[in-house]
Amino acid sequence: MTAAPPIVAEPPALPAPEVKAQRPGQWRRLPLKAKSGAILLGIFVLAGIIGPEVSPYDPSYQNPAPSLALHPPDAAHLLGTTQSGQDVLSQLLVGIRMTLELAAIVGVVATALSVIVGVTAAFLGGFWDELLSLASNVFLVIPSLPLLIVLLGYLPQKGQLATILVLSGLGWPWGARVIRAQTLTIRSRDFVAAARETGESTWRILAVEIVPNEISLIAANFVNTVLYAIGTSVALAFIGLADLSSWSLGTMLYWAQSQQALELGAWWWFIPPGLAVALIGTALVLLNTGIDELGNPRLRDASHAIRVGGHRQRPADPTPVLHAAPPRSQRTKLGSFVHSFSRSSLLDEGRQP
Amino acid sequence: MKFILRRLAFYAVAAWVALTLNFFIPRAMPGNAVEAIMSKFPNLQPSAYRALEAMLGVGHPGSLWNQYLAYLDDVVHLNFGTDVMEYPAQVSTLLAQTIPWTLTLVGTATVIAFFVGTGLGIVAGWRHGGWLERGLPGLMFLQAMPYFFLALILIELLAVRAHLFPIGQGYAGGLVPGWHAAFIGSAIYHALLPALTIVITSVAGWMLQMRNVMITTIGEDYVVAAQAKGLRSRRVVFTYAARNALLPQLQGFGLALGFVVSGALIMEIVFSYPGIGLLLLSAVSSDDFPLMQAIFLVITFAVLIANLIVDVLLVAFDPRVRARETA
Amino acid sequence: MNAGEPVLDITDFSVVYRTPLGDVRAVSQVNLALHTGEVVGLAGESGSGKSTLAYAVCRLLRAPALITGGSVIYRGRRVAGPTDVLQLGSHQLQQLRWREIAIVFQSAMNALNPVLNVRDQIVDAIRAHLRLPRRDALEKAGGLLDLVGIPRSRLRSYPHELSGGMRQRVMIAMALAADPEIVIMDEPTTALDVVVQRDILAQIVELKETLGFAILFITHDLSLLLELADRIAVMYAGQLMEVGTAAEIHHEPAHPYSRGLLNSFPSLHGPRRDLAGIPGTPPNLLQPAAGCPFLPRCAYGTDVCRTVDMDLERVASSADPDHLTACPFVLPETPAPGRPRTDAEQELQA
Repeated sequence: MTAAPPIVAEPPALPAPEVKAQRPGQWRRLPLKAKSGAILLGIFVLAGIIGPEVSPYDPSYQNPAPSLALHPPDAAHLLGTTQSGQDVLSQLLVGIRMTLELAAIVGVVATALSVIVGVTAAFLGGFWDELLSLASNVFLVIPSLPLLIVLLGYLPQKGQLATILVLSGLGWPWGARVIRAQTLTIRSRDFVAAARETGESTWRILAVEIVPNEISLIAANFVNTVLYAIGTSVALAFIGLADLSSWSLGTMLYWAQSQQALELGAWWWFIPPGLAVALIGTALVLLNTGIDELGNPRLRDASHAIRVGGHRQRPADPTPVLHAAPPRSQRTKLGSFVHSFSRSSLLDEGRQP
Repeated sequence: MKFILRRLAFYAVAAWVALTLNFFIPRAMPGNAVEAIMSKFPNLQPSAYRALEAMLGVGHPGSLWNQYLAYLDDVVHLNFGTDVMEYPAQVSTLLAQTIPWTLTLVGTATVIAFFVGTGLGIVAGWRHGGWLERGLPGLMFLQAMPYFFLALILIELLAVRAHLFPIGQGYAGGLVPGWHAAFIGSAIYHALLPALTIVITSVAGWMLQMRNVMITTIGEDYVVAAQAKGLRSRRVVFTYAARNALLPQLQGFGLALGFVVSGALIMEIVFSYPGIGLLLLSAVSSDDFPLMQAIFLVITFAVLIANLIVDVLLVAFDPRVRARETA
Repeated sequence: MNAGEPVLDITDFSVVYRTPLGDVRAVSQVNLALHTGEVVGLAGESGSGKSTLAYAVCRLLRAPALITGGSVIYRGRRVAGPTDVLQLGSHQLQQLRWREIAIVFQSAMNALNPVLNVRDQIVDAIRAHLRLPRRDALEKAGGLLDLVGIPRSRLRSYPHELSGGMRQRVMIAMALAADPEIVIMDEPTTALDVVVQRDILAQIVELKETLGFAILFITHDLSLLLELADRIAVMYAGQLMEVGTAAEIHHEPAHPYSRGLLNSFPSLHGPRRDLAGIPGTPPNLLQPAAGCPFLPRCAYGTDVCRTVDMDLERVASSADPDHLTACPFVLPETPAPGRPRTDAEQELQA
C-alpha cells in the first residue's frame, strides 16, 4: 500500500467544538469527501457482514470439471473461476470479511496502544517521555514491512492471529507521536490547569478533559491504522506470508500471481481482489480527508467558495467586491426563469455587469 | 552541525535496535527453525547446518553475549552468512547482484515522483478550487492502490494487450549483462513500466500532501504580508509560500520512505524485476532465513541513510534549524 | 489633488464574511477620511471590525470575506486622479499596495518570512516598486534600518534572531521602503512591553514628521491614541460610534461607548478615579439587532435606541466642527457614569 501516513510536522490545530449530535441536518453538513468515503466503506462492510452467507459456492470447493478451470465470468460464476475451478466471487466475499476483520482488530488494538503510549508520554514527562518518544521514533523510521517479513517468517503459524499480533505491534508509533503532541498542547491549556487546581484526579482529568478533545484525532488515527493494516496484510499475503489455505484478499492475489493468472489472461482472478483493496483504501482516505477538513476548514474543497462575476475565488485573490448594479444576465429569458428555481440563484447578486 | 550530529546519534540508535532485533528474533520465536530448514533442504552440507545453528542460537555455541558480539562483528564485515537456497553462495554476493537494480529503479523513480508531485501540489494549493481539484478523488484512488496492483493493471493493458512495453524481467533474455549499449538500452526499456508504476502511484501522494501544506501556508500572515507588499504572484508563491511549505513536505518524505521502499519491493515481484524484491520472494518461499534477515538489515540501513540525507536538506533550507546550533 | 481633499476617502464601506450560517456583518457603512500627514486613530475592542476595515481597504482579506458596498477613493500625489481601490484589477492593486498604502502588521514574528533574512525581505519590497539596481536597493535597505535605529549588520539576520522590538522596527522600516503616502498600523505595539512601546511610538511620530505620510493607527488602547492621534474614530460592532479630534474625544466624549472606553484605563495624570469596565459582551454580528448595537451594554440607552438609524451626526455643542456621533442623546448634561438607571429605564432595556 502506498498510502504514506499524512505529514504531521506539528500537532494539528484543535478541532472546532464538536457539533452536538442532536442537531438535525448534521449528516448533510459533513464534507462531501467524508460522506462518499463513509458510503463506500459501508458498502464493503455490508459485503463483509452478509457476503459469506450469500456466497454461491464454498470458496475452497474445487470443481473438478476441466472445462470450468480458469473460466471467464458467466451466469454460473459471476466472476469466473480460478485455476482449480474455484468460484472467484465466493472467494472475494469471504476475503472481504477476513481482510476487514483483521484490519478492524489491528486498528482497535494499535490505536489503543497509540493512545496509551501517547498520553502516558505526555503526562509523565521527563525520562519516560524521552524513552517512549525515542521508541516511537525508532520504530517509525525502521521500515516495517521487512521487519514484519522477518517476524512472520520465523513464526511457524502465519494465520490471522499471528498477523494481527505483529501488525499491531508495529502499527502504534505514528499515532502515539501525534497523540502525544496533541496531549501536550491540551495539557498546557488553562482548563486542565483549572481542573488540577480543584484537585481532580489525574484519571478523571484524562477521561473527562483530555481524551474527549482528541476524539477526531483518535478517529483519524484509527482510519490510518486500518489503512496501514489492509495494505500491509495484503502485501504480506502476496509474498506468501499468510495462511495460504484461508481466503483473504491478499491470499487470492498470491494464488493468482503464483498461478500466473496475468500471463494466462485471467483478469477476473486478480482484478476483483485488487480493486476491492484499492476501493476500500480509497474509501478510508476519503473518510480521513473529510475528517481533516472538518478540523481544518481551510482544506475544504472549493465548492463553498464565493463566486463573484461568475468565477471562483482562489485563496490568494484580492477581496472580491459586490456591486449594487443590477446583474446582466447571460442566460436567455427561459433560462433565467428555470434558473431562478435553483439554489445557486441565491448567489447571483454577485454577477457583475 | 549539532542538529546533524544529534540526528546521526538517533540513526545509530535505530540501527542498533534493528541489529539487535535481528539477532534476537530467531532465538525468540517458537518452533524449531533449523528442523524446518532441514526438512526443506535435506541435501545441505553439515557445515551449513552448523552455520545455521550458530545463527539461530541452537545448541548453545557459547554465551549469548559472545554470540552477540560475534554477530555484530560479522555484520560490520558485511558477512551475512551462507545462503541456504543457493548454497554455497554467500548472502552478500546475492545482495550485491540485486541491490544496484533496485537502487537505480526505486531511487530514480521516487525522486522524480517527489519533484513532480510537489510541483503539482504547489499549483493545486495556490489555485485551490481549480481544475486540479476535480482530479482529487481519482488521485486518492491511485494513492490508496497498492503499487503492485497498479503494476498488474498496467502490465495487462500496456504490455500484454498493447505490446508497448515488455511484460517483465530486467533486460531482454539473450543479452549478457555488461556495460555496453545494447544491454543498457534494454535495461532502460525494461525499467520504464516499473518506474511508471512507482511514479503514478506516489505522485498522487506527494501532490495531495503538498497541496494541503500549501493551503495552510497560504493562510499564514507572512504570505498576506507578501501580497500587501505588492510582490508579483510568482515571488509570493515560490519564495514566500512554497519555500516554507517545503519543510513539512520534506519531513513527510523522510517518514514515508520506509513505505515507498517496501511497496516498490513488492512491485518488483510482479515485474519479475531482478532486484531485491524478487530475492525476497524466493527467500520467503524457501524459508531462507539468513537471506531474509540480511535483506531486512540492508533495507533498514538504506532508509536510515536516506533519512539522514533528508535531514541535511532540511538544515540547508531552514535557517531556524541552523540557528539552533549557533545558539 | 486639492489641499482639502482627503488622501483616502472611505465611503459607505461594508464588509461581510459569508459563512454557511449566513453573512457576518463585520463592517457596516463606515465613512472615514484620512488627510495628508494626518494621524487618524481607529479604536475599538476585539471583534469591532477595525482590523477587517484596515485590510479590506487594500483588499487583502481572504475568503470568505466579501466587500458588499461603498467606495475607497485614493488621491495620492503620484496617481493621476482619484482611484477607487474597489475597482482595481490584480495588477493595479499590486502597484498600489505598499507604494501608496503600506501596512505594519500586528505580529511581526508572523508577518516576516521565516526563511528569508531581513535584507532580502526589505529589498523585495523596494524592488517591487522602485526600479533600482540591486546595489542601490541594498543601500536603501541599509538606510531604512538607520531610520528606525537598527544596526546595518542586522540585514543578514533572520526574523527569529531578532528581539520583538527589533522585529517591529524592521516592519516599520519595510513599510517605508517605497515611500508610501499612507501607512496603516494594525496594533503595532500591542505585543510589546510598555517601555519598548513608548520607544517605538516615539520613533513613529518622528518618522511621520520627517517623511510626511499619513497614518491610520488601529488599536484597542484608546489611551495611546489620545496622545498620538489628530483625530479618533471609535468603532463598535462594525459601525462607527463617534469621530472627532483627540482633544474633544478625550475631554468631551459624545458617545456612551467612548466614555466607557475612557473610563476603562487609568491615566497617569489627574485625580484618582474608580475604574469601571464596560459590562457585557460584543454582539452577534450574524444577526444584528436593529438600531444601536451598543444598546444592551449602554447605561443610558432607551427604547428609541432600538429604532435609531446609525448615521453619524454633528455634535452641536462641540468645539470641533467635524465632531460626529451616532448616539441620538448625547448632550453636555448627560449624567456622569455610574448613575443608576431608574426602574422605568431598566424595564425598557429588558
